[in-house]
Amino acid sequence: MTAGSRPVPAAEARSLAGCAHCGAAVAGGARFCCAGCEAAHAIVSGLGLDAFYARRSGEAGAIRPAEEAPACDPAAHLRPGPDGTAELDLLLSGLSCGACVWLVEQALGAEPSVRRARANLTTRRLALRFSGGAEEARRLVGLLARLGFRSAPWTPACLSAAEDREMRELLRALGIAAFGAMNVMLVSVAVWVGDDMGDATRHLMHWIAAAIGLPVVLLAGMPFYRSAFAAMRGGRANMDLAVSLGVIATALMSLSETLRNGPYTWFDGATLLLALLLAGRVLDRAARGRARRAVAELLALQQGSVTRLAPDGTAETIAAEAAAAGDTLLLSAGERLRLDATLLDAEALLDTSATTGESLPRRFLAGEALPAGAINMGAPVRVAVAASAAEGSLAALSRLLSEAEAAKGRIASIADRAARLYVPVVHAVAAATFLLWFALLGAGWQEALVPAVAVLIITCPCALAIAVPAVRVVATGALFRKGVLVAHPTALERLAAADHAVLDKTGTLTEGRPELLPDPARDPAVLRRAAGIARASHHPLARALVRACPDAPAAPGVIEVPGKGLIAGEARLGSAGFVGVPAGFEGMTLVFREDEGAAVVFRFSDRLRPDSAAAVAGLHALGLTTELLSGDGPQAVEEAALATGIGPWQAQAGPAEKAERIADLVAAGRRPLMVGDGINDAGALALAHVSAAPGTGTDLAQSAADLVLRAGGLSPLAAAIRIARRAERIARQNIGFSFAYNLVAVPAAIAGLATPLIAAAVMASSSLIVIGNALRAGAEGR
Amino acid sequence: MNALLVLIPLALAMGLGALGLFLWSLRSRQYEDLDGAAQRILFDEKDGPAS
Repeated sequence: MTAGSRPVPAAEARSLAGCAHCGAAVAGGARFCCAGCEAAHAIVSGLGLDAFYARRSGEAGAIRPAEEAPACDPAAHLRPGPDGTAELDLLLSGLSCGACVWLVEQALGAEPSVRRARANLTTRRLALRFSGGAEEARRLVGLLARLGFRSAPWTPACLSAAEDREMRELLRALGIAAFGAMNVMLVSVAVWVGDDMGDATRHLMHWIAAAIGLPVVLLAGMPFYRSAFAAMRGGRANMDLAVSLGVIATALMSLSETLRNGPYTWFDGATLLLALLLAGRVLDRAARGRARRAVAELLALQQGSVTRLAPDGTAETIAAEAAAAGDTLLLSAGERLRLDATLLDAEALLDTSATTGESLPRRFLAGEALPAGAINMGAPVRVAVAASAAEGSLAALSRLLSEAEAAKGRIASIADRAARLYVPVVHAVAAATFLLWFALLGAGWQEALVPAVAVLIITCPCALAIAVPAVRVVATGALFRKGVLVAHPTALERLAAADHAVLDKTGTLTEGRPELLPDPARDPAVLRRAAGIARASHHPLARALVRACPDAPAAPGVIEVPGKGLIAGEARLGSAGFVGVPAGFEGMTLVFREDEGAAVVFRFSDRLRPDSAAAVAGLHALGLTTELLSGDGPQAVEEAALATGIGPWQAQAGPAEKAERIADLVAAGRRPLMVGDGINDAGALALAHVSAAPGTGTDLAQSAADLVLRAGGLSPLAAAIRIARRAERIARQNIGFSFAYNLVAVPAAIAGLATPLIAAAVMASSSLIVIGNALRAGAEGR
Repeated sequence: MNALLVLIPLALAMGLGALGLFLWSLRSRQYEDLDGAAQRILFDEKDGPAS
């Protein structure tokens, strides 16, 4: 690597008043927003890679090194590579621009152990080959973390291999169909305009068209034939069946015309139809794939490892799936419990909001069962695993979710409903046309076949088949830019139909994490000093303190006493007993005392997101009724309901009651939109007509939901419903337009007036109109 | 008419050649990271470190 020769732009020359590493806004002309960024900048400069900052174009703040140490342990995911090297695939969060790819590849390439490092910007996957073992892998992951890239092991959940293969198959089919359409058209145009062409020449042209058209129809149509066959076996008609029958019938009729040297063949229509439909399908899949990958990234970052304590007291990090019942685990402060367990230590303070919806942490005593999904808010504790990951409560819930998901897959999209109506009618008309010409008008069977199949190809629904996918591509893209990830193909249609919103409180309407309560009597300088000390800790309350005063400089010489507090010189920050004042503070508090002065109490609570009330008002404006369904106590739930203007509320609802409430609503004919973030919401999310989860929610809720609100807040929800409704309206317009087109074109085809030239013109013009109409779906209408 | 005997095979051969190139590029996984490929062209270094 020849880094030294490159001009190094001075960081000071950057005109933006942003952090020199991550680009986030910083106060008071400081170069860095946090110590992590300063360290990352030093690494980048040390490697001579300053050019990164001149090229960086990603989102501001995306590559700020995380304050908490990443839980990712790559050791379990190493694969042996060639020549005794090891290979590792990682998902990198924050890899959002070309310069990031460059930085990662160059920084890793500078490591002597790394043989190959290649990052994929689309999938955010880093393929790494290096010499060394687990220790080296951890070191490399640590280097990435210090540069600001959070990594997670690349698991099949990130992008299923099947999905990857299907996309490549579609691309191959598209290439073949496009080649076929262009080259058959070359021959067809000669036939259309060559009135003075001799019979023998025309026959030659027909054979050339057949030689190209038949294999293309056979190869490029495979994705449609397979889907149509699967639908037929299930006793259903779908859009692909209409396409397959139309294309195959056209190919066979054209072959018969070729054999008898008729005036025209229709191979151009068949191949062009395939090419247009495949292009639509590739775009549809690419748009949804982008959203799905973003969801998978959120999920992968939550997958974690657990710390197992051996009988002799040594700790080792293992994947959560590898822990067996009876193992002893160490749950550090702020860590999420990933398995059902019982408490071994005397007592523990756990935040169980994800499993029960309670907003205040609960105290557990030795021997009590701890629910998976709870977060340790106190000192590190030892727990015994009660059930392995495959048998625990989370796994049972996952199975329920996949059943609900399968049930949702049977909901037919509007295009398939149209096809169900359309396919029998069109084929009846085609059959009637054949009989009309063959039996009544006395044409030969080959001549009679031409108008009959012309009916099929003219109706064969280019416009109809791309009417809905085109709208979906545009609307999904518009939502993606707003931070709403559409994970399910029919999610938009279902969202447009929602008439009632059921909201969870903790983590959905509220932040789901402790935030410092404002106190007018507090001295900002004291808060600043306390936040500086709190920087040293990963404890959730300490982190909340830092968030309340993000520009506080880190205090030097801080010592953490696990589970009690922090000491910096004479100052102490922590629990009341630790600081040395009488206990008796309710809820979540931190006490701070400098020297022998008076103690300052910081109170924390899980407060409402700033945009919750506006989001609920937005739902009401769209005509949705709302209700609040929470596992928290009545007082907190009523407060939240009043503050946000939500109608009826119900407190202390467990997971089963939530799911039951949703099932009742569905049974009553309502179409509920469920919004929730917790493990306790997952069942209700899966049962609801359509569901959404904030991006800060638990992985289970996100995988159960149809939509993930990446930004976390609920404000994009109303806009998403508006876009979904508009998309639904445009899709209906498109379908109506296609039907109207057919009303004109079909009589012409029955009368035998439709030539391949007319068919091609109809197909192309109707598709253009439908696509043009679909482009409107991105705008946020009413 | 003799021109057809040269021009049609020529046109088809060119089309087939392009199709072959497309299938090759697909098989060598050049469509897997379109965003990255668009950015990589701006890198000064040889493609990927130490390879």
